[in-house]
Amino acid sequence: MMASRTVVVTNPQGLHARPADLFVKLATRFASKVELVKGQERVDGKSILAILTLAAVAGTRLSIEVDGPDAEQALDALAKLIEQNFAEEENHPS
Amino acid sequence: MQKLQGIAVSPGVAIGEALVMDNEGFRIPRRFLARDAVENELDRLSLAFNAAAGEIEHNRDAVSRELGKEYAAIFEAHLQMLRDPRLRGELEQMVRERHYSPEYAVSRTLRRYAKVFQSLDSGYMAERANDIFDIEKRLLRNLLGRRREQISNLTSPVLVLAHNLTPSETANLDRRFVRGFVTETGGAGSHTAIVAEGLEIPAVVGTGPFLTDVSGGDVVIIDGDQGLVILHPDEETIARYRHEVEQRRTMAARLESLRDLPAETQDGVRVQLDGNIEFPHEVRHCLERGADGIGLYRTEFLYLGADVEPDEEAHFNAYAEVVQAMGGRPVVIRTLDLGADKLSSPGLDIERNPFLGLRSIRISLRNTELFRTQLRAILRASALGDVRVMFPLISTMLELRQAKMVLADVMEDLEEHGRPFNRELKIGMMVEVPSVVIMIDQFVEEVDFLSIGTNDLIQYTLAVDRSNKDVASLYTASDPAILKLIELSVQAAGRRGIPVNLCGQMSGNPLYTMLLLGLGLRQMSVPPSAIPEIKKICRSVTIAQCEAVAARARRLEHARDVKRYLKEELKQVLPELVG
Repeated sequence: MMASRTVVVTNPQGLHARPADLFVKLATRFASKVELVKGQERVDGKSILAILTLAAVAGTRLSIEVDGPDAEQALDALAKLIEQNFAEEENHPS
Repeated sequence: MQKLQGIAVSPGVAIGEALVMDNEGFRIPRRFLARDAVENELDRLSLAFNAAAGEIEHNRDAVSRELGKEYAAIFEAHLQMLRDPRLRGELEQMVRERHYSPEYAVSRTLRRYAKVFQSLDSGYMAERANDIFDIEKRLLRNLLGRRREQISNLTSPVLVLAHNLTPSETANLDRRFVRGFVTETGGAGSHTAIVAEGLEIPAVVGTGPFLTDVSGGDVVIIDGDQGLVILHPDEETIARYRHEVEQRRTMAARLESLRDLPAETQDGVRVQLDGNIEFPHEVRHCLERGADGIGLYRTEFLYLGADVEPDEEAHFNAYAEVVQAMGGRPVVIRTLDLGADKLSSPGLDIERNPFLGLRSIRISLRNTELFRTQLRAILRASALGDVRVMFPLISTMLELRQAKMVLADVMEDLEEHGRPFNRELKIGMMVEVPSVVIMIDQFVEEVDFLSIGTNDLIQYTLAVDRSNKDVASLYTASDPAILKLIELSVQAAGRRGIPVNLCGQMSGNPLYTMLLLGLGLRQMSVPPSAIPEIKKICRSVTIAQCEAVAARARRLEHARDVKRYLKEELKQVLPELVG
């Protein structure tokens, strides 16, 4: 199943290396395909390099699109991560 | 395809594989794989990834323990990049489908990402490019492992691309396989330029940053005439340049027929055409082209690339080799001309204004032990042939007198020890500081010959740093002031009856040959590769014709008018030499 939600990057650094790392770590915990869309650009949400090429600075509007068996949970978790400014909670899968 | 404009410092065209020298001087050993090696190479790639990940984890844990988890976050991001499925997929596809070696695939792909990051708006991601380079290095180190090839250990021809080649880096290169140089920084007269000229291979310097756009093994074209570097050339461009290389070969073969003919004008005036050399092996290049002598033997190479100061024997051996090979023809040895652009000597403070600072003869006079060592070796070599000594960068009469005094002292010393040398050794000086031309009538009384060094004379007269891109266009030998200084020097030497040579880059440029002859010059010292062309011009003109050219040029006000006019004249005499 497919789900999507629009979020705004609000942490001052934007989707920088560490936030992107946290995003990918969380995304890879789900079986669903995750994509990030910024304007015309669409990238794989499980590829940190691809995410970094978006250069999503603070204030950027991103759409998270998730497709797969656990789409709802994935979308909730990922949107929350961005909305809560990548707060350093224990997101580590291991 | 990407074209870069730099400063042309050594002519010629080269097409070949890039050797990219960044701070670690990695060398990609080969670009393509045999088809049946693919599976093995993929395993190797996989092992390299695992090893690199292990290293990063180790760093992360160490930093985390010592400084706290927050500081280790960047290593987490690096690990994530290594684990990036897209990156891995791209690399494996390159190895599997295009048969790229893992090293080449890694370098190419990661540099492409780095470039994307560098180009993103507002510099926001620019520093991520450094993360990418870090990962590239880590992977390459693991891939190359023990097989990591040293730059000194080349096995196939390469074009060397570097940020800035230091003398020791150039000294460590296996020159047999180097076919061209490009450096991001530097200007005409930089060490790279001199080495490239000595090797007779094309070189372009001062291109600005580009190394991140190219990987070792990429095909690159260096156009040393136009100062162009072409990355990832298309087929058509490669074909065009191959054609040019072929044409040059034909032209060189035609000029070779002049080897045993003298540089004599149509009306029978003999011009002495000498070669400039840096390394002893270049004597061969001079002899092959029928040089009348060595007009400038630069001795800086003895001091560069070695950690210790050369001793007298090292000097003597280098001089003896050249003098003996030249078999009685004159060899002008210039004493140490280091400083400024050529070497930042350890122990010397960084100079705010190195071209106006402690360099060249000033270093020799300040450090007389070093100077005496060199002079002793030159004197001993004078027993073996027609050796002459020349002092660079003289700017006052006092300096010249001091240099001559040290020389006289060393002569006395040798005499006491019964070492043979030529008592009548001819002593000359370079004319490269305007103060010398102003006082030229006094200087010609004190020396046996002059040699005009146009490279420095131009920069000091016109107050232009030729390595500064913003003003480099003001640096030109065609400026009327330069022509005037040359003329004054030639006339003063003529009145005194001593020979005057011209050994700067100007003399090797066919554009100026007629003008220089017209100004009264009868001796030129040029890079060995330029001898055939310059000889061809000498043999095609009359002195009267050249004097007319000089008279007309003298009346022109602007450097660019002089240049345009000289081009027209040369075109009428030898159209094939006008690019």
